[in-house]
Amino acid sequence: MDIIVCIKQVPDTTEVKIDRKTNTLIREGIPNVINPFDKNAVEEALRLREKYGGKVIVISMGPPHAQEALRETIAMGADEAILLSDKAFAGADTLATSYTLAMAIKKLGSFDLVICGKQAIDGDTAQVGPELGEMLDISQVAYVCKISIEDGKAIVERVIEDGYELMEVTLPFLMTVTKEINEPRHASLRGVLKAKKKEIPIWGVKELGINEDKVGLNGSATQVIKIFSPPPREGTRMIEGTIEEMIQELVGNLKKRKVI
Amino acid sequence: MESIKILDNCTGCKKCLKTCPISAIVIVDKKAQILEHCNLCAACVSSCELEAIKIKRIEGKSTIKINDYQGIWVFAEQREEKIQNVVYELLGEGRRLADKLWVNLSAVLIGNNMESNCARLIAFGADKVYLVENSLLKDYQGNVYTRIMVELINQYKPEIVLMGATSIGRAFAPRVAAKLSTGLTADCTSLDITEERQLAQTRPAFGGNIMATILCNNYRPVMATVRPKVMKKKEEDQNRKGEIIKIFPDVKEEDLKVKILKIVKELESKVNLEEAEIIVSGGRGIREPKNFALLEELAATLGGVVGASRATVDAGWISHYHQVGQTGKTVCPKLYIACGISGAIQHLVGMQTSQCIVAINKDPNAPIFQIADYGIVGDVLEAVPLLTKSLKEML
Repeated sequence: MDIIVCIKQVPDTTEVKIDRKTNTLIREGIPNVINPFDKNAVEEALRLREKYGGKVIVISMGPPHAQEALRETIAMGADEAILLSDKAFAGADTLATSYTLAMAIKKLGSFDLVICGKQAIDGDTAQVGPELGEMLDISQVAYVCKISIEDGKAIVERVIEDGYELMEVTLPFLMTVTKEINEPRHASLRGVLKAKKKEIPIWGVKELGINEDKVGLNGSATQVIKIFSPPPREGTRMIEGTIEEMIQELVGNLKKRKVI
Repeated sequence: MESIKILDNCTGCKKCLKTCPISAIVIVDKKAQILEHCNLCAACVSSCELEAIKIKRIEGKSTIKINDYQGIWVFAEQREEKIQNVVYELLGEGRRLADKLWVNLSAVLIGNNMESNCARLIAFGADKVYLVENSLLKDYQGNVYTRIMVELINQYKPEIVLMGATSIGRAFAPRVAAKLSTGLTADCTSLDITEERQLAQTRPAFGGNIMATILCNNYRPVMATVRPKVMKKKEEDQNRKGEIIKIFPDVKEEDLKVKILKIVKELESKVNLEEAEIIVSGGRGIREPKNFALLEELAATLGGVVGASRATVDAGWISHYHQVGQTGKTVCPKLYIACGISGAIQHLVGMQTSQCIVAINKDPNAPIFQIADYGIVGDVLEAVPLLTKSLKEML
């Protein structure tokens, strides 16, 4: 069972603080981490390999320092990691990103399963996984919280608003996973040592044999034209008094605002 | 970096430095300089009052003739033969945009036995309904739905396609966009038409702390998803006239690829947080799992639902369907009552666009108070029952 996992290195938003005066992010010194949902993706790949054998290859598109994230997945137990990095990849929207990932996966050859996290916590689009599945022209299921495989077929549970859908899908296919699917393991000491020595190849436009027009900023259909801070909320009104008085005043205010 | 240039009029004012999410700008000799690791996110461009930062891109790679595309489409998502609320909201917004562009607004309804719903789509603003029916299309089937939507778009060429950012829409829209090689913007909070007849799509990024406006100039259709409850429905007008175009596609069992064995509704199906008008949410400050009952009573009194912080879900106090925040649901109800929630950033990003936020917490320094409209410093277990009682007397 050969599994390809796609991950993204993202700023650790648990470290993000907001400057309430200017309503902007304080970004200095924010460490980079593996996108949390992608860690679930890596974990699930490792578990499936432990059950069914095979290989886990992790790929990531990003700047050179995204290598650290890939190294961490090797430490968790992945067999191989490949970094897709090239100046030409910069400024990619989800269309150009999924195209680049698709070309790398096609270069890798055959596989049984592609796993992505359901979305990245910096962009929050949840688009790259499904777009990648289409570009690879394989079946796909988004938001998977449970999977078992038998006779080349997978039974998966897909999370929906008020429950889940139980589905059957033939391999190979692509799935995006939610955090409910598992609890990612920590790297073992042996894994960390192995990861240190592991060579992580870097593939760019040349290695992938693709045209610069279809990647990065040039290959993007969308462009950001403006970034701004959302208008700040009006100030908080702290209600004072005894608990009974506070509740009375709150109810009065909510009524006045017509929210109840 | 060749694609980004600092022009000579840069004065080294440092304003751009603060906007760069990855610290890729430095000031050297009173001039900004872009470092190698810049990822061309363009955050700095609009921060420069002197317009001294330019991003160069090679345009027009798309072979599409933009002017061939006309009209706005809304994907009329149905589940169990029921049109989802977000569809009517999208029709409201779509109507406004269509009137600005002087074009038609259409709904695309894929399913089985759905004809009786067409009148309502028209009453809420659609000029046309493309009704696509087949017994195999009863439930959302990614493969076939994608194929059908792509064929319809190629045939009728709408310039804009809107979908709800639901578990279906968020999985479906990117598949269609990828097949068409066009742009898609997720979770838009506002849409507008520019002077150049382009769709300006604004969405939150970095957990809602930054807003980005995004264009898709050279590709068609422009695709966007919008979360439930963000846009406004129009008043229903039963006298509105519209056209129904019936399409009966050829679908075979083997086309489905992914087979739905069953759709399971969890017991707590009442917790559709994304659609809720009122949410009463609990955090670790409620101290014990059984105290969620107090929140449930308050929620029931208000006709709302119960939400929860990640801490309580992880502790197994309540199921993950209730979780609000970065790894849970993003919500924007009319009223959000945070009970014993301290307000970690991961929670705030999931609820800070709520219309009115009430925070009840023992700790006066809890970050939740910084984004609340009304704050009460006190014991949740005391305050919530009192609030329920006082509302019961009033309502």
